Amino acid sequence: MADLSLKPITPLGNDAPVRVTIGPVTIAEVVDSAFASLTRRMGQDIAAVAKGAGIPLPAAGKVEQGATYGAFWLGPDSWMVEAPFASHEDIVAHLKPVFGETASVTEQTDAWARFDVTGERLPALFERLCNYDIARHGAGSASRTMLEHLGCYVVIRSATHISVLGPRSSAQSLFHALETAAHSAF
Amino acid sequence: MIINHPLLGPRDAQEFTYLGDAALIDRPDGLSYPTPDAAMDAMHDYLYQRSNPAGEHRELWYHEQGDRSWLVVTRNTVTHEITRVELARDVARMRGRSK
Repeated sequence: MADLSLKPITPLGNDAPVRVTIGPVTIAEVVDSAFASLTRRMGQDIAAVAKGAGIPLPAAGKVEQGATYGAFWLGPDSWMVEAPFASHEDIVAHLKPVFGETASVTEQTDAWARFDVTGERLPALFERLCNYDIARHGAGSASRTMLEHLGCYVVIRSATHISVLGPRSSAQSLFHALETAAHSAF
Repeated sequence: MIINHPLLGPRDAQEFTYLGDAALIDRPDGLSYPTPDAAMDAMHDYLYQRSNPAGEHRELWYHEQGDRSWLVVTRNTVTHEITRVELARDVARMRGRSK
């Protein structure tokens, strides 16, 4: 059998995640989370099984973090479930037995590039980037919005910690947008 | 222009794309007409006949850069005042259009 020693690269194309600090904020590429979208099928009730498995199903426009799983709202009856990559690399294999035929689960890990922006005065940065009002929505909110030309999810984990999920194939553009806005703001 | 999304609250109209008259929800069922000509007429009117009111208008908007839901927005085409925003899904179900 061929020896396929494939070398993993980060969304930005490097061996190790990139991390830059600009003024009071740090922008870090995050590669240790696995993602799957979860959509309730029509007429099914998934609240109880999700609760039993420790998977939060937050309300519209919200994000919630459980012990292992986190989730943010994507649309009516639809969520993005997050879990640590090390233990949940094949996240669908973890979720499918929980929900069976009551929900549709789709692997999303490699579709997204995740950047975590941490530090003070994050609203000053994001008001240059998107229409989503960080200050008004506050911690625990998440939404899809447009950053530059990219449809991204902005997840406000706390007042000093925001995750941006953008299309992985546009990771460089998204990173550039974040850096440029940070240079402009600070 | 700000559209007050029923689930997400006020969002900039820049995030939405516009489809047009909400009458598009009422697509005629060709098999429910007595003759093929009647079905054809109904489909013709559905496709080509639109009212173009100066005033209140119900129209379909798509939250493309948001949660990707379809909305029925009641908007005054003269003043741009938006008086009502509903999920198109709910409107369609109310009219027996969807499961």
